[in-house]
Amino acid sequence: MNVEPDAVESLSRREMPIGSEDDVVVVRRAVRALAQKRGFNAFASAALTTATSELTRNVWVHARKGIAILEEVADGGRIGVRVTFEDEGPGIVDLERALAGGFSTARTMGLGLSGSRRLVDAFRIDSAVGRGTTVEIVKWKEP
Amino acid sequence: MTIHGVIPILRMGDILLTTVHIELHDAVAEGFQADVLTAIEQRRARGLIVDISGLDVVDSYVARILAETGRMALLMGTQTVLVGMRPEVAATLVRMGYRMEGVYAALDLDEGLALLRRLGRR
Repeated sequence: MNVEPDAVESLSRREMPIGSEDDVVVVRRAVRALAQKRGFNAFASAALTTATSELTRNVWVHARKGIAILEEVADGGRIGVRVTFEDEGPGIVDLERALAGGFSTARTMGLGLSGSRRLVDAFRIDSAVGRGTTVEIVKWKEP
Repeated sequence: MTIHGVIPILRMGDILLTTVHIELHDAVAEGFQADVLTAIEQRRARGLIVDISGLDVVDSYVARILAETGRMALLMGTQTVLVGMRPEVAATLVRMGYRMEGVYAALDLDEGLALLRRLGRR
């Protein structure tokens, strides 16, 4: 949705499996550790970590398994953290409605996509019914 | 109903105090809610304080569990006060568009107790 130019360099890359509810915490902790390592303030770190929690839970609830790719990224002056969530689950039928929020097909608040989008600097989603969903988020460190 | 005991619930007079310090997974969350409601009935508690100062992340899932617990307690006649929410957690929940309905909030335990006392006098 939000298209961002790909002049972003990846400084590190780590792939983590999502296959249980515990992985919500495992992935979230790994993302928090990256944000802390890069010196994010408490607010930016909480925003990124919470968005990660929402999106990892989405993978678990809707697709049961998938991966999270954690990257430290740079685009010239800025340092950031990018997290990509990939699953081969059912996909999202009505993406616009899902992104508008307050819409839930499972036992969640329906804020997973819309809420996490509001917490990060860049948000990109690609979903195909029957093939799966990929969500990419980036949070930049405040200068 | 059995007490699951995953999250301890303390009694202070007619008020119950519980500190959420672990991840509220599906199974834990249901046990926690059942324990709180059972304790309210058994101890005839007039107020419930939930200390969340130990949570550095409250996502919409955990927020929903907390708000739901408050609304359940309210149906039994017991007011719930969340205390100790961290600044970055409050900012994140509001930015996400989450509305925490069914619970009061206070800065810390002392303020939470004072708020319950005021509510009880009404």
